[in-house]
Amino acid sequence: MRIKEHPILTFEEKKKLSFFFDGKEVFGFEGDTIASALHAMGVKVLSHSIELKRPRGFYCAIGNCSSCSMIVDGKPNVRTCVTMLKDNMKVKTQVNKGDIYEKD
Amino acid sequence: MKKIDLVIIGGGPAGLSAAKMAAESGLSSLIVERDYKVGGQLVKQTHMFFGSEKQYAKTRGIDIAKILVDDVLKYPKMIEIMTETTVVGLYKDKVVTLLQNEKYIKVQTNAIIIATGASEKVLAFENNDLPGIYGAGAVQTLMNVHGVLPGQDVVMVGSGNIGLIVSYQLIQAGVNVLCVLEAAKEIGGYKVHASKLKRLGVDIKTSHSIKKAVGKDYLEKIIIGKLDEQWNFIAGTEEELVVDSLCISVGLSPLSNLLSMIGTEMKYVSYLGGLVPLIDKNHETSIENVFVAGDVCGVEEASSAIVEGYLTGLVVAKKLGFIHPNYDELYLDFKAQLHNLRSGPFGEKLRLGLEEIMR
Repeated sequence: MRIKEHPILTFEEKKKLSFFFDGKEVFGFEGDTIASALHAMGVKVLSHSIELKRPRGFYCAIGNCSSCSMIVDGKPNVRTCVTMLKDNMKVKTQVNKGDIYEKD
Repeated sequence: MKKIDLVIIGGGPAGLSAAKMAAESGLSSLIVERDYKVGGQLVKQTHMFFGSEKQYAKTRGIDIAKILVDDVLKYPKMIEIMTETTVVGLYKDKVVTLLQNEKYIKVQTNAIIIATGASEKVLAFENNDLPGIYGAGAVQTLMNVHGVLPGQDVVMVGSGNIGLIVSYQLIQAGVNVLCVLEAAKEIGGYKVHASKLKRLGVDIKTSHSIKKAVGKDYLEKIIIGKLDEQWNFIAGTEEELVVDSLCISVGLSPLSNLLSMIGTEMKYVSYLGGLVPLIDKNHETSIENVFVAGDVCGVEEASSAIVEGYLTGLVVAKKLGFIHPNYDELYLDFKAQLHNLRSGPFGEKLRLGLEEIMR
């Protein structure tokens, strides 16, 4: 969910960006990180732990904890909390250590 | 190989201030930042700062960030900024390897200022890895930078200043804060922050902590309990709370990995947040021309990070032969500012910690 009213901050309407999440076309806004765009849509599970496949989500927001690693345009282990969303990006949930340049 | 006089790792308050002061002294630098923008954690801090005017007191963090970034942008020929760039190698001959857009870049430099800041600590409890459990600072970024709410109903763990401030900001953004849990018998942060929450009816439960989180794919509820004198849960005091978000605010740890990598002498000092480098009065580590500034050498406020940045930029420049026209005056002023920021009862543990790392 996005904040509509805030006593201190103003969130101006920004350009809509279209991207793909696990093959489905979805939308975010300019200025979003991949993780913030997904969170705004209600997507909480961003990756899975390598051994036990436990669900993992947004945690540190500074590119440090690796809990938000996803496959972006075929590249695995992308820190989605510090990566800006771009038009037409292909974002996929990661369930393993990541394969180098897997095919979409 | 790219050559530059000074490499500053981290574009937060300490790194930006260091670059500005070095530039004022005539020394060029390169700021390396792994995020997509500089400004550090100030960019999400909507509250006004304390301290004195010199550290921008009564100004909101978001506005301080703008001031610091604008200051650096005044020196386009002397200060280069590389964002979305991570330092992956650091060598004693002052070679720094960077990773930017999948390319390795090698930089030969004469001095390095490490200003990497700190990261939020995690807390051990059952299912602490469920999505919906966040660092409190991360939630602040999500709300105040991106305008996205973490959820509807949240509990905060930790009543230090970050826990109290972020709880208040959650309410400002329209989130229901059920309560704040504090394991200690006393509230950790400043009374002024706690009072703001209490006036809004938020219960700050001292001697309480989270026992476990419950949920399948993401957080659905939590079990909290009361703690005894030894911080053990008292049987029969468990309480279930239905929440979709939990914020962890139990302190910060210096991001000192790069210092361990280059081999500076380190020490674990709990009062400073964890593993920190030994430094001299000018913030130089045990390796010549490797300096530190900000939270990486002891977790404090952004105000101290700014002043430490100025101080370090000033002394590094002098060491490399670029002496600021007002060097003596500025040096004494920065030292005095740091002394003032660390005075008083809240600064006691910090002062003891800093004594431990002096070389």
